[in-house]
Amino acid sequence: MQKGGFNFDLYQRNVELIEKNNYKVPKTTKTGTTIVGVVFSDGVVLGADTRATSGPIVADPNCEKIHKISDYIWCAGAGTAADTENTTGMISLQLELLSLSTGRSPRVRTALTLLKNFLFRYHGYISAALVLGGVDFTGPHLHMIHPHGSTSTLPYISMGSGSLAAMAVLETGYNSKMGEEDAKSLVHQAILSGILNDLGSGGNVDLCVIKHKSMEFFRNVDTTNSKRKFRKKLPYMFKSGSTKILEKEIEEKMRKMEIVNEKESQIEELEEL
Amino acid sequence: MAGKNCVAIAGDTRFGVRNQTVALDSNRIFKINNRTLFGMTGLNTDILTLRESFKFQMNLYNLEEEREISPKTFAHNVAQTLYSKRFGPYFITPIIAGLEGEDYTPFLCATDLIGAMEFPKSFVVAGTGEESLMGVCETFYKENMEPDELFEVVSQCLLAAVDRDALSGWGSVVHVLTKDGITTKRLRTRKD
Repeated sequence: MQKGGFNFDLYQRNVELIEKNNYKVPKTTKTGTTIVGVVFSDGVVLGADTRATSGPIVADPNCEKIHKISDYIWCAGAGTAADTENTTGMISLQLELLSLSTGRSPRVRTALTLLKNFLFRYHGYISAALVLGGVDFTGPHLHMIHPHGSTSTLPYISMGSGSLAAMAVLETGYNSKMGEEDAKSLVHQAILSGILNDLGSGGNVDLCVIKHKSMEFFRNVDTTNSKRKFRKKLPYMFKSGSTKILEKEIEEKMRKMEIVNEKESQIEELEEL
Repeated sequence: MAGKNCVAIAGDTRFGVRNQTVALDSNRIFKINNRTLFGMTGLNTDILTLRESFKFQMNLYNLEEEREISPKTFAHNVAQTLYSKRFGPYFITPIIAGLEGEDYTPFLCATDLIGAMEFPKSFVVAGTGEESLMGVCETFYKENMEPDELFEVVSQCLLAAVDRDALSGWGSVVHVLTKDGITTKRLRTRKD
């Protein structure tokens, strides 16, 4: 069976296909994204948009970009969608095993070190830019992690293609004595700014508020951008039989056979002998 | 595309090498079990390799777990297989359609070539004509379609998109999966 880690079996073939045969490689799904994190008096608020793009096409208009690392440590991810999903999944797994073996609830700093070491090993080839936030027994923490493995610890962070738009809002509105409602509203405005001004971000706003031993996830808080105003009211109706068919095959689900009177027949056979 | 307690998967049957058509009957949609259908587009050799690989894994799963795999679990299996080849991927775009759980809730999943999953409630598209397909599905899709109507909508969407894509066509097949079984219909498309 396959051992752990990445499998490079097809790498040689792929290089030849692309260079010699000019093969058109399918696009990876990226999360163009605006992700934001803010520390307030009691905890951390994380926010993200919900658009995943594949080139210029929107692959998923409502994806989830805020991933769970542990109960009170969450991580928003920008970059290649598969990378952010699998990286946060892997570190979440390692952190769970670590917390079970040490018998202590996990710290945000541990998740940070695990993530930065993992990403640095791949020198930026794993394209995952993360905003890691959480509350452990030492208090609220917020960190940003770049794909090459460098990290920063800051009171407010924005990453992704919409980070400039979001940072403008954060710089204007942030103050160190904010309460929960102010912080939520600030993050909401920052994500909205990213959605409106950046082409790579769009969809709905997701918020995650983490306090000491409490976590609230607000999925699709703001859906004003997603409702199609000018959708045709009467849906198009196709009459049954409008498509011409060449052949038709019906495979019915095999029903489970019921075995009845098995024992009785066996006894009869024995008696005959 | 998903309907009310039913899903449909449709695909064309042309196999070509850039502009040259090699075969007219290549099937790229496979039945995993009574609840799950799995379709792939992209490099044909990878489609065939992965078909055999998943057949092997599913046989092993059935023997070990003594039950059929659910569509959601299968989708995660596909994503993991694709991500293990993150640097040197399979050049395919898979689609998984199935009916989940006791109440046969429709389940759809599409991933990119390295396994980033998305779970839309309405429809998923893949292939050389995917941009046209997205447009036409977005227009004709409506919620809670019965199997007959779902078949009509899926067929019309595929035919429309295939007409606008030079690399697709030469026959198409539509599978509609309901709790009673799978209905497979072959449609006539343009032969150019």
